[in-house]
Amino acid sequence: MPRQILLGDEAVALGAVHAGLSAAYSYPGTPASEILEYLVRLAGATKAFPAVWSVNEKTAYEEALGASFAGKRALVSFKHVGLNVAADPFMNSAITGANGGFLVVSADDPGMHSSQNEQDSRYYVQFAQIFGFEPADHQEAYDMTRDAFDLSERLGLPVLMRLVTRLSHSRSAVETREPRPQNELKKGAGKDWILLPVNARRRFTRLLDAQREMVRISDESRFNVLELNERDRAFGVIASGIAYNYFREAVAAGAARPSFLKVSTYPLPEGLIRRLVAHVDTVLVLEDGYPFIEKQIKGLFGIAGKTVQGKLSGNLPASGELTPDIVRRALGLEARPSIEAGGLPLAGRPPQLCAGCPHADTFKALNKALEGSAGSNVFSDIGCYTLGALPPYNAIHSCVCMGASIGMARGASDVGLRPAVSVIGDSTFAHSGITPLLSAAAADSDMTVIILDNATTAMTGGQPTYGSGGRLLRMIEALGVAKEHIRTIEPLPKHHETNVQVIKDEIGHRGLSVIVAVRECVQEQRKRRS
Amino acid sequence: MKQDIILAGVGGQGILSIAYVIDNAALADGLSFKQAEVHGMAQRGGAVQSHMRLSDGTIWSDLIPKGEADMILSVEPLEAVRYFDYLRPDGIVVTSSTPFKNIPDYPGLDQVLDAVRRAPRSVIVDSETLAKEAGTVKAQNIVLLGAASSFLILKEESLLRTIDALFRGRGPTVLEANLKAFALGKKAALGT
Repeated sequence: MPRQILLGDEAVALGAVHAGLSAAYSYPGTPASEILEYLVRLAGATKAFPAVWSVNEKTAYEEALGASFAGKRALVSFKHVGLNVAADPFMNSAITGANGGFLVVSADDPGMHSSQNEQDSRYYVQFAQIFGFEPADHQEAYDMTRDAFDLSERLGLPVLMRLVTRLSHSRSAVETREPRPQNELKKGAGKDWILLPVNARRRFTRLLDAQREMVRISDESRFNVLELNERDRAFGVIASGIAYNYFREAVAAGAARPSFLKVSTYPLPEGLIRRLVAHVDTVLVLEDGYPFIEKQIKGLFGIAGKTVQGKLSGNLPASGELTPDIVRRALGLEARPSIEAGGLPLAGRPPQLCAGCPHADTFKALNKALEGSAGSNVFSDIGCYTLGALPPYNAIHSCVCMGASIGMARGASDVGLRPAVSVIGDSTFAHSGITPLLSAAAADSDMTVIILDNATTAMTGGQPTYGSGGRLLRMIEALGVAKEHIRTIEPLPKHHETNVQVIKDEIGHRGLSVIVAVRECVQEQRKRRS
Repeated sequence: MKQDIILAGVGGQGILSIAYVIDNAALADGLSFKQAEVHGMAQRGGAVQSHMRLSDGTIWSDLIPKGEADMILSVEPLEAVRYFDYLRPDGIVVTSSTPFKNIPDYPGLDQVLDAVRRAPRSVIVDSETLAKEAGTVKAQNIVLLGAASSFLILKEESLLRTIDALFRGRGPTVLEANLKAFALGKKAALGT
């Protein structure tokens, strides 16, 4: 088949389709969004399978799990922190197991290009005790995805694919293979899927029993490559995922070619690691993310007579993403000469709200309304509006995780920090804002929630939203918020004075208010009109 | 044969369209390529860059090591200077002279262009004027691609064929304007 130009994310998506995918679910999040974006485009053309933007990652996970229960091959994808949201079904799906092949794709963001932490999904692989893949390039992303579905069915367990931003958002050419047909419907057995303790204990034992087999599969995987250099017993390298590319880049640029092991699967290929470690005195571990491999190799006491280098030892920085330059230095190569900018002050150019963005008008009105109040405590959430933290708005004081703004405002208000204001987008509200608002409404907490309804999931490129327009207003009322304290504003410069007054009034109310700021995202408006 | 290029600009300036054309031309020319790009938050009016690597051999890293870029191709002059530490001592900078001022502390334009000229080789084109001449101010990215085309290891016909494929669906006027933008950029670069 011809070579195709694909993002790393798209290579996974196409690999899944060619593996006989029957259903895919996701919630948008950088750097994972392009997986389902691509599947939506493919499904739109062929209608061969549902490709669904779910309301949040937990829902997406359960929907995919249901498809697996039905015997079909299913995929769920999200960014690394999305797996936190889906952690409950994720951990339990290791106990139920998978019926149809089940691939969980978690895209990590080392360096926090577009995230609030750089947690490493390989810990989740270990936590759930399932099998994981970590591709180094686009071809592997495609090939591993196809293998992962087969392996998931062979083991009867979900399999996780760990991506990182640099692969997710890199393009290259991929050689594809003949597609495989979809599975027939074949329902899972109740004794496996009803996690009453009597069943769960048996299923957990089965999971534990599968561990040795998984290590054996890892040791024999064609994606793990061991090369021993007979002339150099002093130094060797273990490199996983994209870090392997940086290692090979440095070798191609003139670094000595030491013994090395490329690690692409988890649990770790113990046999291969033993062989490499036995061969050399010092092992340098290169991995993008946390020192996951380094820590396991080193353990609490280290290895007698051997030196393990990596992030824990300080040979590589403990935070941020790896780069070819960092790896180069760790391998003892000098930095290359380059050009100096010659003293030009390189003014930073941070991201900012678009010209004409409705959030800008809401923040201006909010800032004005809070002027002169004893203090302002604006709890924000995850989305474009988090940019309200930057000048000229400086309008928010927290951003933690999806939906946190409402719960945090309530907690702060409970202990006397007022006025307590929460700012949350419509998609984030649907994702994780409904339950904390239900809780705040039951208590009639003294706080003001501002829902920015721009009718889309804007930051990640305009995916659909479930909590917009009339449906949003009906939901708020149904959650128990007093009707007279559900207010709607249109964030436009011409309504500034009115909007300030509405916000002031509701902040003045000693109970729960919800203000919905309704105006379509300017990017989406532009797309719709072009 | 290899060529490493930093593509630079501001979110929304069409960096990814340049990358798209180069990717497809590389595929048509039978070259390997890897192209790392920025999505998500930075695309909202922030500085964006793409690492574009072309080779007739294996490409390992998706990112270009510092000091190894053969070219910086930028749709904005300040953004060209931002990545100088990636440029080889004999590298070339191809940039627009049209500033994108969405920050309060943007330095003086003369200062910025002086800094660009400190590169061993630099080509500065007035992309705004040329794109308008071509028929649409939106084609500044393609003006820059045209300006860089004489220095790329790709066949010009492969680039033009991809531009054709990219813009044909948007009507003959848009396509014509972009083909003309490419030609004007190329001519301007050779004249500097």
